[in-house]
Amino acid sequence: MNLILKIWRQKNPKTMGNFVTYRMDDVSPEMSFLEMLDALNKKLVEEDKDPVAFDHDCREGICGSCGMYINGHPHGPVPAITTCHLSMRYFRDGDTIWVEPWRAKPFPVIKDLIVDRSAFDKIQTAGGFISVNTGAAPEANSILVRKKKSDEAFDSSVCIGCGACVAACKNASAMLFVSAKISQFALLPQGRIEAKERVRAMVEKMDELGFGSCSNTGACEAECPKQIKLTNIARLNREYYKAF
Amino acid sequence: MNKILFSSISKKFVLALAGVFLLMFLPVHLIINLMLLKSDPEPFNKAAHFMATFPVIKIIEIVLIAAILIHIFYGIFLQIQNWLARPVGYVSGNKSDTSFFSKFMIWTGASVFTFLVIHFFNFYFIRLGLVRGDPEDFYSVVHSLFKIPVYNYIYLVCFTLLGLHLFHAFSSAFQTLGLNHRIWTPVINVIAWIYAIALPLGFAFISITIWQFR
Repeated sequence: MNLILKIWRQKNPKTMGNFVTYRMDDVSPEMSFLEMLDALNKKLVEEDKDPVAFDHDCREGICGSCGMYINGHPHGPVPAITTCHLSMRYFRDGDTIWVEPWRAKPFPVIKDLIVDRSAFDKIQTAGGFISVNTGAAPEANSILVRKKKSDEAFDSSVCIGCGACVAACKNASAMLFVSAKISQFALLPQGRIEAKERVRAMVEKMDELGFGSCSNTGACEAECPKQIKLTNIARLNREYYKAF
Repeated sequence: MNKILFSSISKKFVLALAGVFLLMFLPVHLIINLMLLKSDPEPFNKAAHFMATFPVIKIIEIVLIAAILIHIFYGIFLQIQNWLARPVGYVSGNKSDTSFFSKFMIWTGASVFTFLVIHFFNFYFIRLGLVRGDPEDFYSVVHSLFKIPVYNYIYLVCFTLLGLHLFHAFSSAFQTLGLNHRIWTPVINVIAWIYAIALPLGFAFISITIWQFR
């Protein structure tokens, strides 16, 4: 199929960017979106032009690197997948595809479609851990956990920190990310010990970095490739009130 | 401690609490307004007089005005912060599947505020003696206002927008207060629907009845 791509090109964080139009002919519907971009880049390199910079790593939907905003959706219009899993068969011949980087003040553009997501790392290092003494692994059954709770904690822990929630949110809020990271500990006995310090530190860091606040719009939940639920945000709120 | 008191979540908590108070006040107001449909002005005027003079209500009135001011102040403050969090927008827009009316809360809120200013000029300021009128006969004041078509149009538009505001506000308040439940949240969402439709409809019914049939 033949496509028209409108891709955001920006040399570095300081320069102004703009959209550049590329024609892509003979795109195979079996290609993934990233493979299609690889093909475009091959063409650009052959023409001695600067290839489009985009983040990617595992290409298996696990690492969360390949974030880009495609036709009004983070990771494209198909729910519950990352860009690397987005197949070109979801597009039609003759389509115009707009590709933009994540837009949020705490996620500055580094180049083209690559944004600096270290803001998430900063939130995580502020409190997203449990303090344990290293040594031999303790007996796993010495602390009993209800199956339902451990399942919920697991569902929260599948967040890959891709930033789609921030990209989708009209307020560029990081609440879904932070709530998932809070929940994966808050639901388990090992995480309860430092629950108050953790939630205070992570929310404080989130605010400090300039993320917006949550207005319960639900765009984050709709776009999350790992289907993290809004119930996590309610839990984050509860955990925060308990920390007073 | 200051950081906790003024964090984004704390601000949202206060905004939601003030909002919940306003949500509880509206049905009370509607019940009193229903007395306007009677041909006898006495019950409504008595209720208005009671609301204006009873000491406990006086205290609630202060809380109510504080709730309105806090709700407006925090709403605007958070909205500006949210706008600043995304200095560059998307060309392809946002097509995510979201709670539609939640996107326009600041604008539906602004229209409710506009109505509130008109409302204050028509009634509250009369009671305070700032605007001319008889504070003992609000029944006639309301009836004469509802006879003006333009006033009715503004009234109906503002209440439609209030309905859109309430539609998101009702369920959103629960989520902000940390109350999200597998069974109860869908029930709350249905109640929010009913509340957001029934309440403005009730107010509109009164104004249209007086305008057309009295």
